[in-house]
Amino acid sequence: MTSTPLGLTVEEASLAYQGTPLFRDLSLKLAPSSWCCLLGRSGCGKSSLLRLVAGLNGSKDTQVRLSDHAGHALPAQAFAWMAQQDALFPWLSVVENLLLGDRLQGRPKNSARRAEAIALLETLNLADKAEARPYTLSGGQRQRVALARTLMRPSPIVLMDEPFSAVDAITRYDLHELATSLLSDRTVLMVTHDPGEALHLSDRILVLSPSGRLAPFDCGGPPKALSLSQRADAEKELITLLGHQ
Amino acid sequence: MKDTRSLSNAAFALLAVLLLISGWQLIVSITGVPRYILPSPEAVLAALVRYSSLLWSHGLTTGLEVVLGFISGTLLGITTALTLAAWYPVRRLVLPLLLASQTIPIFAIAPILMLWLGYGLASKVVMATLIIYFPIASTCYDGLRQTPSAWTDLGQTLGASNAQQLFRIRFPAALPSLCSGLRMAATAAPIGAVIGEWVGSSHGLGYLMLQANGRMQTDLMFAALFILIVIAVLLYQGVDWLCRWLVPWQSLSEQ
Repeated sequence: MTSTPLGLTVEEASLAYQGTPLFRDLSLKLAPSSWCCLLGRSGCGKSSLLRLVAGLNGSKDTQVRLSDHAGHALPAQAFAWMAQQDALFPWLSVVENLLLGDRLQGRPKNSARRAEAIALLETLNLADKAEARPYTLSGGQRQRVALARTLMRPSPIVLMDEPFSAVDAITRYDLHELATSLLSDRTVLMVTHDPGEALHLSDRILVLSPSGRLAPFDCGGPPKALSLSQRADAEKELITLLGHQ
Repeated sequence: MKDTRSLSNAAFALLAVLLLISGWQLIVSITGVPRYILPSPEAVLAALVRYSSLLWSHGLTTGLEVVLGFISGTLLGITTALTLAAWYPVRRLVLPLLLASQTIPIFAIAPILMLWLGYGLASKVVMATLIIYFPIASTCYDGLRQTPSAWTDLGQTLGASNAQQLFRIRFPAALPSLCSGLRMAATAAPIGAVIGEWVGSSHGLGYLMLQANGRMQTDLMFAALFILIVIAVLLYQGVDWLCRWLVPWQSLSEQ
């Protein structure tokens, strides 16, 4: 479904809002097929940094240089976007929502892609909802459809802005399991405010401080490989770190 | 569930009408007001039957004016809103003009329309068009400006062009807002047509009412008014049905 895995290199990322710089000259590097979580206090600019990478600058004064792990420039199609709101279009059915990217790219209707979408919905336990309208689904189902739509993009890099924070705890747990297995061949940069979620999902954690500095959080290896007790300690440490900012 | 609800809605509407008619009959009976001032419901019903072919023919004219005016005003309003949303220079140029145009009383320009377009169908259609143009254009434009940012963000990351953003995301997202404009327009369009007929015409319910008024045929005036109400209600119901079909996600959240 995807093309070859690509890493992500962000350099010289700067963003000013109404003349006040939020951060300047940030850089980060993600290995191909790795999962990186970006944490920070509210308002530190972590979502702005992610939006900057996604090309959603709005009217802000921004600058960034993006390339893959080997230094090649990345086209806009290299990125898939998933946000806190499911952003499903109510005037389209679930499967039409999944194929929206194809439509917007001007690709003709294609039964193979449709079959791919249906297969994906089956994996997500939503096979019977393919023709349903999104507003008839529950919040958790909608977010699963949003995940499916993200996966339908053949983009090697997935940018997620608190994608699981609007659902209840049980649903979130299910979504974590699904996302982990389905996104295993993609490079993920995910913003979250939940240290536990970050430790559970990521290979690497970066913390953005309110002063605009980006620092890796070191817990002696990939966070998701930690044992439960180690993870509990790391979570405490991470909360303390964020609390002192 | 839904069926019983709409059934009880219909029952309540019928009850309201019955109450209104009984109140009306009561006033006529108690005050003994002459029939050329206020005819009884019975007299109006008799007029409806007696003049049925006359009312049908004039009603058809007015109905045609209303529907044509509604369609042209809607198309013009939507085109304006899309143009305003798409081109910033046009927006700066046209928006102040559009707002200023709303200070002109539509009544006042009716004689000018008669002068330019004659006493036939065209002047009434234009009248109805003008009266609904602004509600349609402004509600549609408001809807286009208030697209949830999550949707436009997604469109942008999916590589949508500006035109695709407008037609495939912002316009469908504006439909709920446009629909409230359409509902307003459905009640306003008959007003435009009748004003046009009052100012100058040789056919239509407004013309018939003026003639009946001159001859003190108050029962016929009331009968014509009744037909006008029927036209307005039918148009409103049609538009309401259309809106529910266009925007099923909104009617669902209302339940």
